[in-house]
Amino acid sequence: MSAGNPGDRLKPATGATVGAALRVEGVHKSFDRLEVLRGIDLVVSEHDVVCLIGASGSGKSTLLRCINLLEPIQAGRIFVGDTEITARNVDLNAIRRRIGIVFQSYNLFPHMTVLENVTLAPRKALKQSRGDANAQATELLRRFGLADKRDEYPDRLSGGQQQRVAIVRALAMQPELLLLDEVTSALDPELVSEVLDVIRELANGGMTMVIATHEMSFARDIASRVYFLDAGVILEEGPPEQLFSAPREARTRQFLQRIIAAGRL
Amino acid sequence: MTARVSRETRAVAIALLSTAVLAAAIVVVATRSPGWGAFRAYFLDWAIYRDSFPEILHAFWLNVKLFLVAEVIILPAALFLAVLRSLPGPVFFPIRALAIAYADLFRGVPTILVISILGFGMPALGLSWLPQSEFFWAVVALVLVYTAYVSEVYRSGIDSVHASQDAAARSLGLSHGQSLRLVVLPQAVRRVIPPLLNDFIGLQKDTALVGTLGVVEAFKQAQIDQSATFNGTPYLVAATLFVLITIPLARFVDWLVARDKKRQQAGRAA
Repeated sequence: MSAGNPGDRLKPATGATVGAALRVEGVHKSFDRLEVLRGIDLVVSEHDVVCLIGASGSGKSTLLRCINLLEPIQAGRIFVGDTEITARNVDLNAIRRRIGIVFQSYNLFPHMTVLENVTLAPRKALKQSRGDANAQATELLRRFGLADKRDEYPDRLSGGQQQRVAIVRALAMQPELLLLDEVTSALDPELVSEVLDVIRELANGGMTMVIATHEMSFARDIASRVYFLDAGVILEEGPPEQLFSAPREARTRQFLQRIIAAGRL
Repeated sequence: MTARVSRETRAVAIALLSTAVLAAAIVVVATRSPGWGAFRAYFLDWAIYRDSFPEILHAFWLNVKLFLVAEVIILPAALFLAVLRSLPGPVFFPIRALAIAYADLFRGVPTILVISILGFGMPALGLSWLPQSEFFWAVVALVLVYTAYVSEVYRSGIDSVHASQDAAARSLGLSHGQSLRLVVLPQAVRRVIPPLLNDFIGLQKDTALVGTLGVVEAFKQAQIDQSATFNGTPYLVAATLFVLITIPLARFVDWLVARDKKRQQAGRAA
């Protein structure tokens, strides 16, 4: 699943961007006086699945929102493919079409059916015809076991189904990069696996993903690389087997011990 | 099943009974009051009611026209104003400030003053290119006042749609305008239909203030009939007509809201 030698991907990225789907360089983000991200560097190769772990408030979600340009950053640069998306004169809407994001709280549009939720952006942002958008959406819904929910309103679906629809809605834009922001955190425990299965399938299909998650066993299972965020910096990163079994940093060990104590690993 | 039916029947019976008791109490208190005879003679003269009804109904048509013309302008104008107030960023500060100043001013000044100032003042300017008709200025006054109110209603609706809805729309690559038009406003407008109706009813009633300009609408006609007969019953005629319009309006919107709720929960597209 991982492309190339992990070491290559971690070199400070200057100039050439071979194989890098996402490159984050020295990103700082503050909300008023509170500095949430304090210099984040991250490189994600195509078809990589990167998991961000860390305590609540460590900056995982904020980082994803910055990559999607939902939050402006104060310093640093972000590249998607060859495009610097943090450049001054980029077309925000065009950039966002290339990056999918799925939120913890699904954020489906309650006044639209599942089909309308999925086809809205392809039709309005990509100017697909209704017929094309419907055909594509129907196919995606079928693939993720949601064909019979096509005409339902989100209210009528379980949390797991809603989150799968949210994933399909992001996929309908055929993004080059998918960001998942604690997508199982709002779900009842028995609904978590159906959503994780979808993500697994996407990973097998080669989707490039950055996943903020509290599901450590899932991260260990799926990630090509894991980043541990602590107080707005990446404290430690590495392949999952190393980071989970032999973490170098005391803070990482502490965090993982608390997770184990809580029965989540 | 039968147990449930009988419980429902019982509930209806209790509701009817308690209503009847209350109504009877009101009638008894009113009819036994010392001034009841005079009151009845002044306000409840059936012959005068019947005689003045056609004229007042005819005049009431003007209220309906005022209401309809004003409402057709107010609904989109107020939405436009609410959208202006929700424009983000420092560039739009002057537009937001103007929109706020407008809403503050016209919600603060009593409607009857706005009607008088425009209705008497504008024709008095003597500008030949300005419309002179009282109807025109009455509509302008009602539009100015009610657009301010209704835009606040829309705005509260827009604010009530969680920011995450906009974030979801923007994250899919929709523009600010598309997100507003396709995601935020449809939800916002649905939520504010009941308070919007409140303002409809207020507007419908305030068309009676236009009588101060000398326009013969229902209230003015009732006043004319009252001074001709020295009897207040024509006011009751006007009141009847206003209520006949506003009550069905209220029930209609209740029905709309219920239908919408059911549709979203039933899960099938209409």
